[in-house]
Amino acid sequence: MWKFLHKLASPRYFYAISGKFIPWLGWLTAVTLLTGLYFGLVKAPPDYQQGDSYRIMFIHVPAAWMSMFIYVLMALWSGINLIWNIKLADVMTVSSATLGASFTLLALVTGSLWGKPMWGAWWVWDARLTSELILLFLYLGYIALVSAIEDRRTAARAGGVLILVGVVNIPIIHYSVEWWNTLHQGPTVTKFDKPSIHLSMLIPLLIMAVSFKLYYLTVVLMRARIEVLDRERRSAWVRELFGTQK
Amino acid sequence: MIQAFNALMKRDLLLAFRHRGELANPLLFFLMIVTLFPLGVSPEVVLLRKIAPGVIWIAALLAALFSLESLFRSDFEDGALEQMLLSPQPLAVLVLAKVLAHWLVSGLPMLLMAPLLGLLLAMPDPAIAALELTLAIGTPLLSLIGAIGVALTVGLRRGGVLLTLLIMPLYIPVLIFATNAVTAAAAGMPIAGQIYFLASLLVLALTLAPLAIAAALRISVS
Repeated sequence: MWKFLHKLASPRYFYAISGKFIPWLGWLTAVTLLTGLYFGLVKAPPDYQQGDSYRIMFIHVPAAWMSMFIYVLMALWSGINLIWNIKLADVMTVSSATLGASFTLLALVTGSLWGKPMWGAWWVWDARLTSELILLFLYLGYIALVSAIEDRRTAARAGGVLILVGVVNIPIIHYSVEWWNTLHQGPTVTKFDKPSIHLSMLIPLLIMAVSFKLYYLTVVLMRARIEVLDRERRSAWVRELFGTQK
Repeated sequence: MIQAFNALMKRDLLLAFRHRGELANPLLFFLMIVTLFPLGVSPEVVLLRKIAPGVIWIAALLAALFSLESLFRSDFEDGALEQMLLSPQPLAVLVLAKVLAHWLVSGLPMLLMAPLLGLLLAMPDPAIAALELTLAIGTPLLSLIGAIGVALTVGLRRGGVLLTLLIMPLYIPVLIFATNAVTAAAAGMPIAGQIYFLASLLVLALTLAPLAIAAALRISVS
């Protein structure tokens, strides 16, 4: 097990093995995405309160889950990189950041599209929306820091510290925003009693969540491979791979 | 260890007092931002009273950020920072001394000026008392959190705007609890809960932030 992990952490081996996985992951993503969308948009019954507009949930909720999942994952990888100094871990962190930011943005945009017919406004200072917006700021801060430092190793390590500080702060920020919101609860916000979700809506939602995860895995591996190639461009195995001489 | 802590703090305070002119800058900044609000929004007393906690706290936040920017700058440029990294004393303790010295020359004067600003914005007395209390707990918190960002950006040429981007989201809980305590005090409600929360955040930052600052410095300087 450990031996395998060590082997996987070497850029060369990672490059080879991820290349084999990507097509499979890509197809799985396409299949789950299509089935999820079919069941979500066609098969699932319209909601008795919200009509058809609730269907944006099938994009919105998985995107919001992913936005938090990726941040935690990045924190894990940063921790691994700072403790054991494994290069591949910071490659994965750097490659995940833009994806995480995109999912956050997607969750915000779909949330506000849903909010217009439901709340009558594009933006409401709702606790979850606000925390999601702050999460986007955290992602953008990380990206700005990493792109400002020229040396890649230093950039990744500095970004790692920032991510770890952020991950300690996220619960604090989230709960303080929630607490702030209960005090400021405006009259425009109509709080829905959350009905327990029906199975015919839950299944497509879960399929979509799996599909988003697979999409993330596919794209992050693609991005990580390019990052690995770029970092190792002077090493022997990359030269060999592309048959170039000095 | 304590000796090193004291020596470093003394040195930083001495350096700060040799450049007295610079000490006043964050304070002036604080004062000017607050002055802009009545001019930009409206001089009406009721409205001013309502927005005062937020205005003063946001001004304090920005002033803290701008004054922090130079926390490690001169030490980084003349190599003193590298000596600190090489010294046998734990870096986290040295860093704490620097942050504390910085707070004494930038945070404490803000604390002294805040009642004046409260009067300018027509705040009632209990609210001014609460403002003082929240600033007393909150500004060290701002310094500690901000120093992490400063340590990460110390080697960069255009670190200023980047620092704001990194640190602002982390300041949000402080802003929420502090302004809420002041608003509650103005309405005559108890504020113990908010104060306890701020104090616990301060304890958390005091224990964890020096470690993060030290780690960040090691990365930026190497």
